[in-house]
Amino acid sequence: MCVTQALEVSSYLEFTPDGTAIDAAFVTGSLNEADQNAVEEALALTDGDGEVVLVSAGGDEAEEALRAGLTMGAHRALRVPLSPAELADSRTVAAALSQAVADEQPDLVLTGVQASDTGGQSTGPALAAAADLPWATVVRSLGSDGRTLTARREFEGGVSELVQVDLPALATVQVGANQPRYGTFKDKMRAKKAEIAVLTPVDLPTPRVVLTRMSPNQAGGRTVQMVQGGPAEVAARILSIVREVQ
Amino acid sequence: MTRSLVVAEIVDGAVSPLTAEAVSAAASLGGDVVLAVVDPDAGALAAQAALAGVTEVVTVTAPGTDRDHEQMLHAVEALVADVAPQVVVAGFTIRSTAWAAALAERLDLAFVPDVVSLTAAGAEITAERSIYDGRVRAEYAFPTGRPVVALVRAASWPPAEPAAASATRALDVDLPPSRVRAGELTRPSGDVDLTGSDVIFAVGRGVGSEENIAAFADIARRLGAGLGASRPIIDAGWLPAVHQVGQTGVTVKPKVYVALGISGALHHLAGMQNSKTIIAVNTNEDAPIFGYADVGAVADIHEVAEQLQALL
Ligand SMILES: Cc1cc2nc3c(=O)[nH]c(=O)nc-3n(C[C@H](O)[C@H](O)[C@H](O)COP(=O)(O)OP(=O)(O)OC[C@H]3O[C@@H](n4cnc5c(N)ncnc54)[C@H](O)[C@@H]3O)c2cc1C
Ligand SMILES: Nc1ncnc2c1ncn2[C@@H]1O[C@H](COP(=O)(O)O)[C@@H](O)[C@H]1O
Repeated sequence: MCVTQALEVSSYLEFTPDGTAIDAAFVTGSLNEADQNAVEEALALTDGDGEVVLVSAGGDEAEEALRAGLTMGAHRALRVPLSPAELADSRTVAAALSQAVADEQPDLVLTGVQASDTGGQSTGPALAAAADLPWATVVRSLGSDGRTLTARREFEGGVSELVQVDLPALATVQVGANQPRYGTFKDKMRAKKAEIAVLTPVDLPTPRVVLTRMSPNQAGGRTVQMVQGGPAEVAARILSIVREVQ
Repeated sequence: MTRSLVVAEIVDGAVSPLTAEAVSAAASLGGDVVLAVVDPDAGALAAQAALAGVTEVVTVTAPGTDRDHEQMLHAVEALVADVAPQVVVAGFTIRSTAWAAALAERLDLAFVPDVVSLTAAGAEITAERSIYDGRVRAEYAFPTGRPVVALVRAASWPPAEPAAASATRALDVDLPPSRVRAGELTRPSGDVDLTGSDVIFAVGRGVGSEENIAAFADIARRLGAGLGASRPIIDAGWLPAVHQVGQTGVTVKPKVYVALGISGALHHLAGMQNSKTIIAVNTNEDAPIFGYADVGAVADIHEVAEQLQALL
């Protein structure tokens, strides 16, 4: 089970002096949304009969993600220390995570479909290749008979396909695949004190991609005109725009 | 001169529109653009691959479906060996993301997903991405000099124009059998067709609960508009899947799209950003959707719904 911390940034933000990261004062982190679905899926699949082990690559933020997953009910957690530069390359991340896979020999490896902050949708397939496992992406409703994984995977335009792969295998779990459980306050306290093992990776490939600069972005390309006034003015404006085209 | 390999995306027996944008991205680097078509019927599809900027089309006849990512992985491995490109370009889609990072892993290539800009200065490639809900633009370099696999975001390059057919050749690839066994394929059932609506009212997670949807459905019905929704509404079972707008839902282009309590995630935008006029109502003045809207209001959608109902 791979988890990561996703960051949310405020609309006003500043960058670190070297311009390659957002100043920590402008970000908040939480367990990545798809990873919450993946942890839920893992807990439901094992359902008391089996072990859910979490692994996250990174520094303190990885540790926070792991504790959030432990709060949900995962049994153990491992952290693989990686620097921000190493984390920028999904290939380096996959190489590090594959060492945890080699150590743990799980029947099934789950990742989220994407990290919602930087949304690469690529760590899962890269890890499957690094660990030499068959894989399926963007899956929901997973089932396993201990030998075969059956899952429904999604495509653009609402098309979905039922697929089967032999275990051991990897799957990337789609956002909204299930209703993630919350831990209780007691679970949170237990997770806070839990021992998190550290696995030091060996022979990592040098990152082949380097983030050189960040700058504020004007996304969208449309200029928005804001409606002033209360709900009545907003409703009137919507109606007049709609009536114009009808 | 940058030699590029563009991997066409095939969806239901046709070359996808995003492929023409990927060709544009590759052609903008200067140099040769080799367009690869992998399909059971690759030879016949080569005609659809006649696009401005393409220097050569290479076809690989492969037995599996266009959803078989292992087959794509092995076919593109062979294509990379044959074409020896500096850059491999494909669309940032569910099909491509399923194989591209695995390809980079296996062939020791650099990899960058969801790219909105790509440039070459001599042998140096630079890519840009738009991250953190579009708030940050990030620039990437590839210091090891290994070929770069870049997946390009839709609507970031103009599509390459159709052109006279380029030289076409077939590449014979010995493909290992795929380890993924495909079963039943489900397509959305079509009792509601949002693509035909001139006006769409779409609700997002901001609607709060299933009961609250009725008011918006009522407004849409009385105005003869379609009722759309973001994905969490469908995941929660509050509306059937045919109402979902976005990457894994329908793509719509109405005259007016009203986004109510929708934050503006990339996957939702993918399905509606080409609407003529976009109106967004959200309580959070920082919601990314406002960057994609023509008219916006920081307001509670329930209060706006009450006023709309009063006016109708
Ligand atoms: C591979 C993949 C495919 C996907 N495909 C799709 C897709 O096809 N379509 C899709 O929509 N999503 C898709 N998603 C999910 C997408 O990433 C987002 O999670 C989703 O679009 C968010 O929906 P939302 O905007 O309704 O919810 P949120 O992001 O939770 O936003 C809710 C918004 O409502 C506002 N709000 C809350 N209360 C009120 C109120 N009373 N009045 C006004 N505003 C209020 C909030 O400020 C917030 O901005 C996909 C994800 C993945 C990984
Ligand atoms: N540093 C990391 N440590 C562990 N898992 C990760 C890490 N980065 C990404 N992942 C996993 O890969 C998924 C997809 O991430 P991404 O490819 O960055 O979109 C996430 O949902 C996580 O499950």
